Amino acid sequence: MTPGPARSAQWQCIRGPLAGRKTDAAALRLMKQGGYSVPNTSKGTLYRGRQGMWSWVAHRVTGIAIFFFLLVHVLDTALVRVSPEAYNHVIATYKNPIMGLGEAGLVAAIVYHAFNGLRIILIDFWKNGAKNQKAMLWGVLILWVIAVVPFLVRHLAIVFGGH
Amino acid sequence: MATPLKTRIAVPRSRDNSVDGIKYNRSGSKRNNFEMFAWLYMRVSGVLLIVLIFGHLFVNLMMGDGVHAIDFGFVGGKWANPFWQTWDLIMLWLAMIHGTNGVRTVIDDYAEKDRTRFWLKTLLFLASGFILLVGTLVIFTFSPCPTGADPSLVPSFCPAP
Repeated sequence: MTPGPARSAQWQCIRGPLAGRKTDAAALRLMKQGGYSVPNTSKGTLYRGRQGMWSWVAHRVTGIAIFFFLLVHVLDTALVRVSPEAYNHVIATYKNPIMGLGEAGLVAAIVYHAFNGLRIILIDFWKNGAKNQKAMLWGVLILWVIAVVPFLVRHLAIVFGGH
Repeated sequence: MATPLKTRIAVPRSRDNSVDGIKYNRSGSKRNNFEMFAWLYMRVSGVLLIVLIFGHLFVNLMMGDGVHAIDFGFVGGKWANPFWQTWDLIMLWLAMIHGTNGVRTVIDDYAEKDRTRFWLKTLLFLASGFILLVGTLVIFTFSPCPTGADPSLVPSFCPAP
């Protein structure tokens, strides 16, 4: 049997990391019963595939990375309560060049998460948000470059600037 | 009658029990709006956190000597001012709750077994509660001029020993 357009569209729905999960199978069964052609092609949905999905993946990955940094960052700052020496000793590690690159990555992640978060808010609250989600992603990436490049120039100059 | 070019699809609202035979209200017997408030919180706190964190990063990494300027004296100088104490306290709570709720969502999405989800979330809430407690205590009980500290390490406004 040649997979026609409808059949390949159905495959879109059940392959990938969620393949075989009960929820997907149940949804597919429901849709078949109702005589629906399954609309989950990568072009046709808001979040599945392409920019919509990858911006969501990046939002999760940056979010989790920032969360774990935050846990560590509160604890290292808490050392001010132990003694000036303890705090200065630990914070000195933030000043070495390798950590400096880590800070650059952290800020890049925060700036993406921030601007893409605004995009998500616009998708949810602005009446034309969903329609313009892809254009807004390009906006996010442009703003990201505008914010991150000057930051990197200044920060890397400080980190590698021979202090 | 003219055939519509595009089918209009009704957007499911949280009160709808079903649209076209598909059940959208998945909350079962629970009748609270927790998930709606969590969703709203992520958006409101997100906007505030952009201001707070961008300000924090700018002051700590871009001004003066950037990361090289950060030491006990720098933190002591900042937290001697109630403005920065308040700033950091609000930032701590907004960010920790925002992050905890985000990780909760990720756990709910990927951990399939009830027991795995339960323990991961228990661990998450304990860790977050601990961090919030420690962070809040530090901001409120911090002394920029601890007795007996090396005078060269404390802020310049501290009285000479």
